[in-house]
Amino acid sequence: MIRSLPSSPLYRIGYGVYVFLFFTFLLMPLLAISVLAFNDSNFISLPWNGFTTDWFFSAADKRQGLFADEELIASIFTSISTGFFVALLSTLVGTLAALLFEEEQFRLKGLLYFLALAPLVIPGVILGISLLLTATSVGNHIEDTFGLDVELFRPSYWLVVLGQFSFGATYVMLLVSARLKKFDRTLEEAALSLKATRLEAIWYVTLPFLQPAIMGAFVVAFILSFSNINTTIFLIGSDPTLPIDLYSRIRFSSTPVLNAASFLIVLTISGFAIINFFANRSNK
Amino acid sequence: MMLNNKKSFNVTFYLLIVPVLIWVIFMIVIPHAELFISSFQVEDDNGDMIFSFANYIEFFTQKIYWLTFVKTAAYSIGVTLLAFIIAFPIAFYLSKVTSKKNAAFLMLLLLIPLWVGELVTVYGWMVLLGDHGVINHFLMTIGIINEPINMLYTNFSMVVGLLYMSMLFMVIPVMSTLQSMDDSLIEAACDLGASKWDIFTKIIIPYSMPGITSGAIIVFMLVIGDYLAPNLLGGKNSLWFTEQIYNDFLQTFNWNEGAAFGFLLLMLSSGIIWLALKLSGQKLEKVGA
Repeated sequence: MIRSLPSSPLYRIGYGVYVFLFFTFLLMPLLAISVLAFNDSNFISLPWNGFTTDWFFSAADKRQGLFADEELIASIFTSISTGFFVALLSTLVGTLAALLFEEEQFRLKGLLYFLALAPLVIPGVILGISLLLTATSVGNHIEDTFGLDVELFRPSYWLVVLGQFSFGATYVMLLVSARLKKFDRTLEEAALSLKATRLEAIWYVTLPFLQPAIMGAFVVAFILSFSNINTTIFLIGSDPTLPIDLYSRIRFSSTPVLNAASFLIVLTISGFAIINFFANRSNK
Repeated sequence: MMLNNKKSFNVTFYLLIVPVLIWVIFMIVIPHAELFISSFQVEDDNGDMIFSFANYIEFFTQKIYWLTFVKTAAYSIGVTLLAFIIAFPIAFYLSKVTSKKNAAFLMLLLLIPLWVGELVTVYGWMVLLGDHGVINHFLMTIGIINEPINMLYTNFSMVVGLLYMSMLFMVIPVMSTLQSMDDSLIEAACDLGASKWDIFTKIIIPYSMPGITSGAIIVFMLVIGDYLAPNLLGGKNSLWFTEQIYNDFLQTFNWNEGAAFGFLLLMLSSGIIWLALKLSGQKLEKVGA
């Protein structure tokens, strides 16, 4: 049943088969698109017509590859820069929130913590429409009063950044808090008794301890932003992020370039995951 | 000296709390208040916004709306249950059965689909399940079937997509509770002659309840608020409540009705989550951990 207990061969084999089937189920969609990204066919699926890299490199009109598709390339860059700003903002505010809730005592702390956790259980759709409604009415108000049209209050790049930040900060807060719980408070007290100000103690003692968690949280916030669609779709302006661009292509014109783009995402993510895996192992 | 310390304490406190307050108030509290207010507004003949229950009346009088609402809730609960049944043996395998080294590698495989994002995986399922998709092609080539089986654009493909994107959020919290469980509890039960079923239902499940609750809440929230799987994998009969909200916002531009639907969805999901927390005696704070 567990490592230290003997169990019947039938049980072990049955369990093994189940685990194998589960992981097949898990990896099947990713393997399928990765292989089909190299299929020499104009349709997204089988039959297999031979190997080609056209869907990456071809510049022909009929068969525009990923790297020749300026729209797609632009959306990749939009996603990367959105992800960067979202991760930056979320990491900053999320880390401050973790320090606040772990180390400070104040009135209504419970309520504030509850609200900071709320994005975890609020569907992304609702965050999206709430922000859209608020931004629009603030924007309209400013336009009526001052005659100014502020881009931030219309669906736009920065509104997407704010929308993704609204839930990104919660995840950062949880990740940093988890590390902060393992922090030996006496280290900070030692710094304080050596006449460091509280700010100095946080800066020189606590933050260096938190550094790995903060870096990890930055990556998580980036990935959350990069793959988000539920919130983003309402806030998007004229420049779509990669998932939004791919989504409209899936709905209106599926070509194997979708396989190519998906393959590239899978490859990048797997690369990150493997680096992370070996980095963790060498730490131990 | 005391005074000085007290003062710097205050500066730090404000430095921490002000950004957090700005985030919580402007990005979370005010938008949801606005959602609530908008849901009670309609445009009158002059184009002005007036207070009205019309958006909610529309919901309760149009069968398609409340039927979709009920169906979405029922399917979400069903998918959460399925996710538990499928994911629990995997969580147990990773934390208790296989070696630590194997578990670390399998965890890596688990996390890749999660990080790749829902769009790519949903698209992957479209490629697999389509009439000319990989699975039909394979089954026809080896001669099991002559005609493609209709799998894509049905409730089946929708449930597959919903399960796929959510079940990992069941594996991870259950796994982390099981990891903290002392193996000797199971060994002791086994030595005393308990059957596998008894060990499972009387020891393992009760012990992992906090993890199961966290997992169930996150899975349920993701499923009920999902848009891609019902939209891209579901058929004409698998309308999801989020799709009604998208239609109101992005196609018919009836934002106030959309706000009302959004608020109803929020009430539904928080209501069920609240109930789950009450029944299991858990706190929201624990869900995040």
